[in-house]
Amino acid sequence: MHVPDGFLDLATSVSTAAVSVGAVGLCLRRARHEVELAGPAMPGLVSAFVFAVQMVNFPVGAGTSGHLMGGALAAALVGPATAVVCLTVVLLVQALLFADGGLTALGTNVLLMGVVTVVVGYGVMRLVAAVLPRRRWSVVAAGSAGALVSVPAAALVFVGLYAVGGSVPVPLGRLATAMLGWHALIGVGEAVITGAVLAAVVASRPDLVRLARTTRAALPDLVVVGADGVRRPVAARGGRAVGPDRPDDDRDGAQEGARPGRGALAVALLVSLAVAGGLSLLASASPDGLESVAGTLGFGTAAADSAVAAGPLADYAVAGLGGAAAPVLAGVAGVVATAVVGAAAFALAARRRAAR
Amino acid sequence: MTAPTDVLDDGARVVLPPRRTRPQDAGRAHGLLVPTGSPVHVLPAHTKLVALPALAACVVLVPAGAWWALGACAVLLLAVVALARLPPGRVARRMLVEVPFVVFALLLPLVATGPRVDVLGLELSRSGLVGGGTLLAKATLGVLAAVVLAATTTSRDLLAGLDRLRLPRTMVAILGFAVRYSVVLVQDSRRLGVARAVRGGGDGRLRHLRAVAAGAGTLFVRSYERGERVQRAMLVRGWTGAMPALESRPATGREWLAAGAAPALALVIALAARVGA
Repeated sequence: MHVPDGFLDLATSVSTAAVSVGAVGLCLRRARHEVELAGPAMPGLVSAFVFAVQMVNFPVGAGTSGHLMGGALAAALVGPATAVVCLTVVLLVQALLFADGGLTALGTNVLLMGVVTVVVGYGVMRLVAAVLPRRRWSVVAAGSAGALVSVPAAALVFVGLYAVGGSVPVPLGRLATAMLGWHALIGVGEAVITGAVLAAVVASRPDLVRLARTTRAALPDLVVVGADGVRRPVAARGGRAVGPDRPDDDRDGAQEGARPGRGALAVALLVSLAVAGGLSLLASASPDGLESVAGTLGFGTAAADSAVAAGPLADYAVAGLGGAAAPVLAGVAGVVATAVVGAAAFALAARRRAAR
Repeated sequence: MTAPTDVLDDGARVVLPPRRTRPQDAGRAHGLLVPTGSPVHVLPAHTKLVALPALAACVVLVPAGAWWALGACAVLLLAVVALARLPPGRVARRMLVEVPFVVFALLLPLVATGPRVDVLGLELSRSGLVGGGTLLAKATLGVLAAVVLAATTTSRDLLAGLDRLRLPRTMVAILGFAVRYSVVLVQDSRRLGVARAVRGGGDGRLRHLRAVAAGAGTLFVRSYERGERVQRAMLVRGWTGAMPALESRPATGREWLAAGAAPALALVIALAARVGA
């Protein structure tokens, strides 16, 4: 998935590089506390791990094997800030030493594979972890869900970048469909592999999984076995890992236990708003896969419109508004509505859990 | 592979001397370096770290379909390869990383829009043909530039060059550990694969996923714990929280001129092609 030189024009490459520098700088600041105490060896080794695990062939069924991109896995294991730094390091090594990914496209690659996969993946993970019961397997399920979404999200951002600075005129609708379809498939593989690796780590060292620290009951009580053979359980402190105390750059997660941090929620909401607002513009310009198939096959007219077809947001355009603003507004309104409904559902679930 | 961090004597002001590259072990120890002692090898790393991406950027600037300009850039890059005395076979082998992308470029004529032309009975998009060809040429030249960079610079000098180019010290330190230990961990992961194979696992069926994933999980736990041990070892040896600076000499004006010659020529070619187009 490494973008080579010449794929996007120079202006787009430079702007994505600027965005990447900002994002990685921010993550470096957030991870600074951790790096100062844990030293540069730990993130260096985690980067080397991501590098090595990307070379492993994972069997994903039907005789095929897949490679891990590793963004979501790293986010689940070491937290988003450190994960962005580690993936950037991996991409730097690949570009400078192995000629993998263009030199001028380095910023684009960092943005797509370092920042987008980690931020989107981690946001989804936290949201899923918040609704799942507080069990060990929820960590695995949440991690898989994050990985599942992270790959198509990066593909979608790539399509957006191609729309701005692509060098060959390809119909965007078709490009988006192809990229999303293909990367949804890759995302499934990524989800399966991420879940399997997370399960293996959770089974042996759950305290090393950062995502597990956000789900309180995922952490079993520590059993201390004395020299005399007496077992003594030590309760896990609220929201914190049992085990070596580490500085936690993820303060909101540590204090609020299983609730997703406000930061993660805000990021997820912002990303969805940007995706919905920006990309609905492209989506509306050309019919989506099903619609175009329907059009060519001639059953488009036969499909009955749903009950909300006459509503104000029908067909993702705001009634009474023309031009480019309509689909953008419709997309943003959709995200806001989804967020409101989701928040209400979460609140209800939380109240029920508290009542029990 | 030389790492800057294996000597840590007394904290922040230690300056590590560059390791001397012995010709007989360099090929193995530095994996990617092809030591020939050419003028390109001798240039300070930070000048190459500026010049080669700049060269790639100039190639990207060439408008689609300006074949003469792309050809001129290719000649320029091949001249750099010749000047660096890199063996063509090894350069070609390293360029294979590009292959997955070639498939995409070959698909472009089929999906791009615009007027169609008939080639061997296939209806292909004209802009897709031109664009796909241009993409392929630009990506190939970009890979060539990156191969030249990796083949003429030790990883230690690369880190020192990045340091000189003001990459944050923390980042350089993490990068140093990553470069050093990626070799170790790749070998670790290979050993895990061998261990799995001799136990009858890993023939690519889905039911072996669990075994492969368990191996990857173990690899993570091992690397994390190794990181903790390395950090403790560093603390014992008086780690103060700052990485020692990597010694590198500043580039002279003549060296900057020498390094800048190729990108300057490429810029002239690209601008001429843009004006001509």
